[in-house]
Amino acid sequence: MGIQVKDVSYRYPTADARADSARGGWALSHVSIDIDDGDLLAVLGRNGSGKSTFCLLLNGLIPHFFKGRMVGEVIINGRKTSDVEPSDLVTEIGVVFQNPFDQLTGSASTVYDEVAIGPESLGLAREDSHARIAQALADAGITELASRDPFQLSGGQQQRVAIASVLAMRPRILVLDEPTSQLDPVGTDEVFEVVRRLHEQGLTIIVAEHKVDAIADLATRVAVFREGRVEQIGDPKSVLVRRDLESLGVLPPRCATLAMRLADMGIWRGACPLTVGEAKQGLREILDGHHPG
Amino acid sequence: MAIIQAKDLHFEYPGGIRALNGVNLSIEKGEGVAIIGRNGSGKTTLVKHMNGLLKPSQGCMLVNGEPTTDREPAELAPTVGLVFQNPDDQIFSTKVSDEVAFGPKNLGYSEAEMRARVEEALAIVDLQKCKDLHPYDLTITERKLLCLASILAMKPEVVVLDEPTTAQDQLGVRQLGAIVMSLLANGITVVTITHDMDFVAEFFARTVVMRKGEVILDGATPDVFAEPDLLMTTYVKPSAMAQLAREVGADRNAITVTRMVDWVAGQVRPRPGAPTPE
Repeated sequence: MGIQVKDVSYRYPTADARADSARGGWALSHVSIDIDDGDLLAVLGRNGSGKSTFCLLLNGLIPHFFKGRMVGEVIINGRKTSDVEPSDLVTEIGVVFQNPFDQLTGSASTVYDEVAIGPESLGLAREDSHARIAQALADAGITELASRDPFQLSGGQQQRVAIASVLAMRPRILVLDEPTSQLDPVGTDEVFEVVRRLHEQGLTIIVAEHKVDAIADLATRVAVFREGRVEQIGDPKSVLVRRDLESLGVLPPRCATLAMRLADMGIWRGACPLTVGEAKQGLREILDGHHPG
Repeated sequence: MAIIQAKDLHFEYPGGIRALNGVNLSIEKGEGVAIIGRNGSGKTTLVKHMNGLLKPSQGCMLVNGEPTTDREPAELAPTVGLVFQNPDDQIFSTKVSDEVAFGPKNLGYSEAEMRARVEEALAIVDLQKCKDLHPYDLTITERKLLCLASILAMKPEVVVLDEPTTAQDQLGVRQLGAIVMSLLANGITVVTITHDMDFVAEFFARTVVMRKGEVILDGATPDVFAEPDLLMTTYVKPSAMAQLAREVGADRNAITVTRMVDWVAGQVRPRPGAPTPE
């Protein structure tokens, strides 16, 4: 099952507002990606490289809501998105946007009621609906916030409310478009921790991010977008340590940059670390081999 | 004399929310200062006092030694330029070049001087190619740079940036860093609010930490990053390299990749005069 994106190109209806001659107005061109069940795919690339457009493509908002011109096809769990209404996909794939304000309805006075909006639209029995809401709140780590007003919460908490309302639909696939860009460092950690747990529970996750240092620790696969094309896709340990990564608009995690610079000086040997934990290990070995005196 | 000085600064929003509870802060001309702390800790309220947008409820804010109390923001504009976090709070013209020209025009500069300033400011943020567009045809990334340009066009002595790195990608953050470095090199004072601790580590020598309307830590950035437990109380974590430096017992100044490379090289390179191993 999973997701198959087959040679998709897409042009927004407003593409002519600003002549982008290099890309001919195409926000995505010839994108092909297979995402397996259980993958955690990090989507990297500069602003404007097509990451958000790719997210909108996955849940069918392209082509159903955003008209424009789409070529190629996207298949979610065996169904072609162009043949299915996005509302029929909400129980298969959920999308969390960059800004929780875009997602929270504003019509619910408590977190519980906000998260209830989706399941209640499914016509479930009351106890089934409650069970889903309770589980979604627990999975997002906000059970204790259930009776709070969503608009009195911190950004990190609001983003987790947005995640819970998507989870309440029990999708097997979760798409997050720069979910931490508005958050302080601890809010960011809270959201990534939820992402990690959901992935461990078996959800397939696609997350567009700039925080390469944080996402390197979570992703099973990485795709690098540049000017609407997929330039690289693969294991984080091979993609994120590429010497040409910067030319694609992405910088390696800082610990990888450190190791590469030390490797160039003949000091670092062995695998390139992606995280502080891995770098610590490698550095200790180097330093232990050079006890002063 | 300090160019910016807060003395026992208190501020209460209408409705009784106390945002600042006795802030003391002194910034010298030419300093680069990062203000960090969790959302809601008073950072934005503090910087809005620097250009006179807000006036103290108690205590005072001095700019070049003079209290801001009786001065209009427009009077302070040539001295302190504040770039808002949300560009859409700042932009009101229908053409990019007009947006940048607004400040210098109101400061009474000649047409020629104004044009030169607009060109220069747009060049600094690399938006010359967009000068005839409508600001809302720009991406949010570009709109944030446009707001910076319209402040730079007034050539203020102090540039205050509220969360400049949000909505920027990695290379955008690096470009911002280069702009900060060039402002500092020209003697401009730069104050930034940010959640990006790597940005702080790379470009700001001094860091001020806020929590619940108070300054809880103020010092050289490496010294501030050496207090992870205190930082955690205001939801901040040191830069990745600062964390690594602590883990391996490195020099506390090794808070950026470059400085960590130098430190490691210093540890493993044979000292001058020491016997070279085979």
